[in-house]
Amino acid sequence: MNVTTLAKSPQREVNYAPRVFDLDAAPLRELNLALHQVTDASDEPSWEVINPKGSHAVAAGVAQPIAVEVRGSVGYYCGGMNDKASITVHGSAGPGVGENMMSGQITVKGDASQYAGATGRGGLLVIEGNASSRCGISMKGIDIVVRGNVGHMSAFMAQSGNLVVLGDAGDALGDSIYEARLFVRGSVKSLGADCIKKEMRPEHIAKLKELLDRAGITDVKPEEFTRYGSARTLYNFNIDNADAY
Amino acid sequence: MCGIVGLFLKDKTLEPQLGAMLSEMLVMLTDRGPDSAGIAVYGASTKGKAKVTIQSPSPEADFAGLEADLGKKIDAKVKLLAKSTHAVIDVPADKVEAAREAIAELRPSVRIMGAGEAIEIYKEVGLPVDVVKRFDVTKMTGTHGIGHTRMATESAVTTLGAHPFSTGPDECLVHNGSLSNHNNLRRELIREGMKFETENDTEVAAAYLSSKIAHGQNLGQALESSVNDLDGFFTFVVGTKNGFGVVRDAIACKPAVLAETDRYVAFGSEYRALAKLPGIEDAKVWEPEPSTVYFWEH
Repeated sequence: MNVTTLAKSPQREVNYAPRVFDLDAAPLRELNLALHQVTDASDEPSWEVINPKGSHAVAAGVAQPIAVEVRGSVGYYCGGMNDKASITVHGSAGPGVGENMMSGQITVKGDASQYAGATGRGGLLVIEGNASSRCGISMKGIDIVVRGNVGHMSAFMAQSGNLVVLGDAGDALGDSIYEARLFVRGSVKSLGADCIKKEMRPEHIAKLKELLDRAGITDVKPEEFTRYGSARTLYNFNIDNADAY
Repeated sequence: MCGIVGLFLKDKTLEPQLGAMLSEMLVMLTDRGPDSAGIAVYGASTKGKAKVTIQSPSPEADFAGLEADLGKKIDAKVKLLAKSTHAVIDVPADKVEAAREAIAELRPSVRIMGAGEAIEIYKEVGLPVDVVKRFDVTKMTGTHGIGHTRMATESAVTTLGAHPFSTGPDECLVHNGSLSNHNNLRRELIREGMKFETENDTEVAAAYLSSKIAHGQNLGQALESSVNDLDGFFTFVVGTKNGFGVVRDAIACKPAVLAETDRYVAFGSEYRALAKLPGIEDAKVWEPEPSTVYFWEH
């Protein structure tokens, strides 16, 4: 019989109950300062923010794999620059939710305003309601899953990453797109310059399945989506267009 | 930036709180535009009566004796209620034009902010919190109202450059954004006979809508036309005697949030402005679509 003796680890104080921050009582700066001061996520893995009432920059710049539950709607730039954290907004989000996210996950239970996930470099942004205009503008590696619709000029100049839309897309989807992949289940009002419909190959089905799984979406199939991406005709200057300048 | 708030009440029991609710909403958006603020409130109207809101840089000198002087000049019973730099003058409805002309003659430094059966307009340079206090806005009763806090871009920081702008009876408009074809439009509207007080782009938008309404369009149609004829960025909130409307340009980069319950329709440049309204937790809250006119009427 093999008996393992556990080495005694030094006592560390671990706060498993969520640390609750009431934004009616404490200023936003105190919340973000406290979130930024976490050096080891296992010390304080769970946070809760109450009464956000549309505050800006809630849980922006978090750089530890902690969980932040925001109870209510937030204003501009919630979870901006997020790195590793898992942030859930139990409400709607104002402009620029998850802007320049690096990694981790942000979930918005309600709707998101314009430019959700703009310039995001990594991680997963899930919007369970609708996202408005310019969702995923200039995305650079982030994955965005929107259960509802996205507004006009979504994925404008998108460089890499995946934008998954279960509903419909507005005007000028993927205008001037580079190498991001767009998957839309519903209708597309119009495609932007150099954005075209593309074939769904097995690797796209597999990627889409993975993204839907990660977003916790089980009621739709990857096969129901259409893929859009770059026609790559704007990559190089075309001498025939010289007269336009 | 600029911040806009609007409140259109469906529940009459909220009417005594209109000024207080609107003030709280506006103050919440102070950091969107701290250089000047204004508010238009649509209150009770009496048949046959109209209200003219005036403003003066030297109210003590200008308002003293104006009630008597104006009454004599237009041969009617008038009543003046001064509030800081502004005053509201009650005149018979058929004497509004005569009163406008008489005021210009009697007190040349007085400016007319607006006129109509229900509208009162107060606007000044300064923070929203000071402006609402100065004019006792929190105590105002009304059916609907619009507020604006300004970060000036297109014209100077002056009382007249503050919003709301009113260019027609009981009409007013506030704007977040900037127009790029306002000089051309202003010239066209001047040719039609409209008068302008400022170099401001928003005044042109207000005059444009007034001109459309004067040509027989309703507010909804006038707003539809504005989407085609105005070039630039705009989120507009407009008020008429019975109505309240919202429209955004096709690009829709200027923020807007609408909320509706059984008791009210509310507009805010940001959700923050709406967060303390009664029953907001269960309200329908949405972002107005670009190039789409939203309009409510009593």
